[in-house]
Amino acid sequence: MVTAEVAEAIPAQTPEDRFEAVVAAEQRIEPRDWMPDAYRATLIRQIAQHAHSEIIGMQPEGNWLTRAPSLRRKAILLAKAQDEAGHGLYLYAAAETLGVDRAELTEKLISGRQKYSSIFNYPTLTFADVGVIGWLVDGAAICNQVPLCRCSYGPYARAMVRICKEESFHQRQGYELLMTLMRGTEAQRRMVQDAVDRWWWPSLMMFGPSDADSPNSARSMAWRIKRHSNDELRRRFVDMTVPQAEHLGVTLPDPELRWNEERGGWDFGEPDWSELNRVIRGQGPCNAQRIDRRRAAHEDGAWVREAAVAYAAKRAAEQSHTEEENGK
Amino acid sequence: MHDHTTSTTDDDHVYLSLAEATPGPEGEGRWAYGTGFADPLLGVDTALPAGTDGADLAAYCQMLGDDALVLSQRLIEWCTRAPELEEEVALANLGLDLLGQARLLLTRAGQADGSGRTEDDLAYWREDHEFRNVRMVEAPNGDFAYSIARLLLFATARGALYEALAGHPDPVLAAVAARGVKELAYHREYATAWTLRLGDGTPYSAERMRAGLDAVWPLLEELFTAHPVELRVGVDPATLREPVLASLGAVLAEAGLTVPEVPPLATVLGRAGRDGVHTEALGPLLAELQVLARAHPGATW
Repeated sequence: MVTAEVAEAIPAQTPEDRFEAVVAAEQRIEPRDWMPDAYRATLIRQIAQHAHSEIIGMQPEGNWLTRAPSLRRKAILLAKAQDEAGHGLYLYAAAETLGVDRAELTEKLISGRQKYSSIFNYPTLTFADVGVIGWLVDGAAICNQVPLCRCSYGPYARAMVRICKEESFHQRQGYELLMTLMRGTEAQRRMVQDAVDRWWWPSLMMFGPSDADSPNSARSMAWRIKRHSNDELRRRFVDMTVPQAEHLGVTLPDPELRWNEERGGWDFGEPDWSELNRVIRGQGPCNAQRIDRRRAAHEDGAWVREAAVAYAAKRAAEQSHTEEENGK
Repeated sequence: MHDHTTSTTDDDHVYLSLAEATPGPEGEGRWAYGTGFADPLLGVDTALPAGTDGADLAAYCQMLGDDALVLSQRLIEWCTRAPELEEEVALANLGLDLLGQARLLLTRAGQADGSGRTEDDLAYWREDHEFRNVRMVEAPNGDFAYSIARLLLFATARGALYEALAGHPDPVLAAVAARGVKELAYHREYATAWTLRLGDGTPYSAERMRAGLDAVWPLLEELFTAHPVELRVGVDPATLREPVLASLGAVLAEAGLTVPEVPPLATVLGRAGRDGVHTEALGPLLAELQVLARAHPGATW
């Protein structure tokens, strides 16, 4: 509908001109619209990576599902894992509107040809990690993703609206867990600070390399896939997080963190990019384990999926047979 | 038309909602039952009805609550290991339903026996021999076919039991059962759909499904075997045998499968799960479930 309106409003031109006009007018590109090949490829890569991150992201928290220390926390964590599987489903469906299929993307994930967020290659060592992932990792994800609700590609933008709402619940639940632990025993408070120490820098690295080292950013911004630079989002995240850390009573592990009166924001140190690059190259603490688990689930489940396909084919054959009989 | 004048700060609303100091009741509805901040028994009269034996009611609620808790833990073990993403969502959903039932039933047990023990006291601080669940729910997951076979048997029997319990004189148990009937109907539907797909899918899947049914069937009889507490305060499970077997027989027939002819698993000196005599599988399951809570006695999570 939106595209039809735009088509009327904008006089007929080449498909390229029309695409540019729709994007410039902050309207949405829909699956049947013409789009440049590179736009399509960029979106497929980004949406697939996002979907993979949701699915792989179930593992670090899933590590604590069977050991959650209260039934309420177990239920919250299980509901979150379920939401993440759901997010993976919407996102794979959004990617499918661009002409790829989920099975193909899964193959690329388990063969290492497509990436997922490197944050999930770090281990969850205590239950406080569950809270810190909610607060910092989901928080950083929300900073990255809220602008995607206005992404130029319609199916992705719409998926992001729902995902962001649910992510904000996850973040709130994570923060609430940390507040509870900080009001608890000395051991619980130490657990929280230790988790913050381990997750702070990886969370900052979720925004990607600094703008000077981010070659694809400019084009994605022109296409309204991306709206803010990596450094801009990272600054925004730090500015939001510092007061939350104070409220919580934890120390963010950055000696260079200080208020910049002139800028009206927080100055902070430089993450250790060499470590991130090692994690991206596959040398992170959990890279192999995460992919192995995903591959095992996929391969162990192959006979189940084949059975479902065979069953559906039999039912379809029966159906068409019945229709033929009735037709005669 | 859309408003395209959205400013940067509008992007922040989702994120900033975190800053609200105390989470309010708003938005809790989207959470699966029992994951929010509200009292799960809100609005239900929790006074013991006259003439109810509190100890018996507590023991009965523990039996049903332990069944739900232990099977929920097994379903949770599927997380990140399911054959397809739709199954990740569905199995987590079933696990959440059972966990919700377990929490209400264990909470009720702690009220009914007058001990004031909470759901967590009962889930995390009892030893394995104090668990009253049937042995079927503690069996390891096996493959997808075994898990589906177990789910089919359990959901069919538990759905029938909850239907009978919806009229129980204890308002809490009746409320849990009434809600559970709907949940178990979905569990049974899910398990039935997969029994049909596997039973009438490929030759290999049919073989796996038959093997799964053969392996779980010996544990079915225990679900129809009455413990004295059940006879005093609950529904005699023997009355469920006929309708449950009929229902299972119909599903298996449609799937091209036959009812396994295997004898029930023997008891130990006449005792089984309801008496606290379990299989070797329960100990490790509880060790994992309880380890963190027990490492921090008295801590609040």
